[in-house]
Amino acid sequence: MLPNKPPLPSADKRWKLVNATMRRNGYAGQALIETLHSVQDAFGFLDETSLRFVAESLDLPPSKVFGVATFYHLFALKPKGRHACVVCTGTACYIKGAGGLVEGIEERFGVHPGETTPDDRLSVLTARCVGACGLAPAVVLDGDVLGRQTVEELANRLSGLE
Amino acid sequence: MHVEDMIERAEAIRAERAGIKHEVRVCMAASCQSSGAAAVLDALSQHCSGAGTCQVKSVGCMGLCSAGPLVAVAETAEDAPEPVLYRDVKPADAADILASIGGQPVTRRHCPTDQPFFARQRKIVLANSGIIDPDSFSGYVAVGGYVALVQALTEMTPAEVLNEVTASGLRGRGGGGYPTGLKWSTVAKMPRGQKFVICNADEGDPGAFMDRAVLESDPHRILEGMAIAAYAIGADKGYVYVRAEYPLAVERIQTAIRKARRAGFLGHHIAETEFSFDIEIRLGAGAFVCGEETALMASIEGQRGQPRPRPPYPAQAGLWGYPTLINNVETFANIAPILREGGAWFASIGTDKSKGTKVFALAGTIRNTGLIEVPMGTTLRDIIEVIGGGIPGGKAFKAVQTGGPSGGCLPADKLDIPVDYDSLRDLGTIMGSGGMIVMDEDSSMVDVARYFMEFCMTESCGKCVPCRAGTLQMHELLDRIAKAQGTRRDLALLEDLCDVVQATSLCGLGQTAPNPVLSTLRYFRNEYEERLMAAEA
Repeated sequence: MLPNKPPLPSADKRWKLVNATMRRNGYAGQALIETLHSVQDAFGFLDETSLRFVAESLDLPPSKVFGVATFYHLFALKPKGRHACVVCTGTACYIKGAGGLVEGIEERFGVHPGETTPDDRLSVLTARCVGACGLAPAVVLDGDVLGRQTVEELANRLSGLE
Repeated sequence: MHVEDMIERAEAIRAERAGIKHEVRVCMAASCQSSGAAAVLDALSQHCSGAGTCQVKSVGCMGLCSAGPLVAVAETAEDAPEPVLYRDVKPADAADILASIGGQPVTRRHCPTDQPFFARQRKIVLANSGIIDPDSFSGYVAVGGYVALVQALTEMTPAEVLNEVTASGLRGRGGGGYPTGLKWSTVAKMPRGQKFVICNADEGDPGAFMDRAVLESDPHRILEGMAIAAYAIGADKGYVYVRAEYPLAVERIQTAIRKARRAGFLGHHIAETEFSFDIEIRLGAGAFVCGEETALMASIEGQRGQPRPRPPYPAQAGLWGYPTLINNVETFANIAPILREGGAWFASIGTDKSKGTKVFALAGTIRNTGLIEVPMGTTLRDIIEVIGGGIPGGKAFKAVQTGGPSGGCLPADKLDIPVDYDSLRDLGTIMGSGGMIVMDEDSSMVDVARYFMEFCMTESCGKCVPCRAGTLQMHELLDRIAKAQGTRRDLALLEDLCDVVQATSLCGLGQTAPNPVLSTLRYFRNEYEERLMAAEA
């Protein structure tokens, strides 16, 4: 640890991963986005503690770190549920009924895109094209791409999640 | 190192594999993986063990994504016939497919390759796609990889490389169609010193997946193209800016960089010459505007991805203020073949002003969805009806959308135009990066225009007022019209706003955001009228 760098926020080992990313980039401000990626990979989302820690470590104003974190859609400032269902709303999926999938989920589970069910079981998100246009409409459930989804099929699968 | 050394090396690799008579190629690109290709690969590998003359390998995209998982059985002999292709393969088919080698194909999964989808293509960019293992360095060398780089470094001056690229007539494949040779020359002319090469792999257009397929199927080709560009312009550092939404592409390009470095084709003294060049990956974080070159550079610098006015162009003052060359994935993918075969060869393909081939991602309501590569100048009708197989379910064709949110929709009576940069622009759309979405009679063009406007509204970075406020207002007007609550005044206002936003926005996102509206108004005005009349009634 360099003398002018802040201490890790807690004993959680994941901070070491974040720190390693910053060290590899020489604590340069230009590594901000890389660092935020590594925070999100480690913790699942960016909270105030992590944003402040990154700001101090990279010697950037907190406003700038917050500005970058909120600019990019991929960075989440709230924790996600245990499962994440990303509905692709790219053009091909749109033509083949992605809108119906989003509505179907809203109806069945009461969550809009960007929200999580009250029991923290399921977060619903939308994506601008995951590039699986041949399988439209596509859904990414916990990292797995599911192709040619119907509302019925998807709702059943989501209901079956732990 | 000389070109001959590379050719010898390729021959040696091929000789080592001479014992293998048949290759069973399993597409392990993202789309087929989503359809279960990994299980198929496992099953084939298990059944294949022991048979010394047959090798199961994972390859990149074979194009017909809608029929995945795809498996091809190929003979490795020089004059071998076309590989036998299988579609919708299940793990349970593995034994039968392997047993059929040398005999009759397994009919229940057989996918004939003499159909127009395959026969009408001409592959330059995708030449290795679906044939080589993307994670294998020697696999790329075996098909002539890195010969062009060694040739450039040892037999050509940077000026000769520039001449060859200029002579090819290659134009930027990211959508703008700016002559690549001219762009390279501008950066090359800047005084010596720090310069950068950037590969724009932030493929943000919804419905476009060409770049992803190239990165996943043939990543070394991109690195080779970038290194040749760096030599031509005098750069020693490059970045691949790739979307974080493409984890597999990121992984493959990362592996390729590592292996190229180890083999001495990236890093210091490439191919034992004085030339040094290294490449780093930068991940996007889900911002469409970062496909715009100045926004992309801001993002690499760790800033919010907001564009800035041009000039100065990146060629003059780019990344951290240094001269920077930015090209798209497909542009770089064309470089090695151009050097190997010569600029004149490339210029002989395509039309007068648009040379070479173009990769298109066919999607929407079309029978064959997937990736195709055709010479520039192929007609839309050939692409959609012949290669794409037309509209399924007996429905009528209504429109084809090219160019994503910056492009437009063309109706049936424009299907006979040749696809090139200029004809598409004249008709109010653009080539774009190559997404082609086909829509049938069930799609409402007002809804499509609203969909794209919603996209631009959410993706507007907020820096300039015309785009930030204009897209919002246009979306609201479109929403009213689509819901049959609009008035004639709304439509007039919408048309006015289109002009203003187009003329006064800072970057390409805002300047082209009105295109989907303008093109649907031009060709499908009756649908807007119908909604207005519904509102009046």
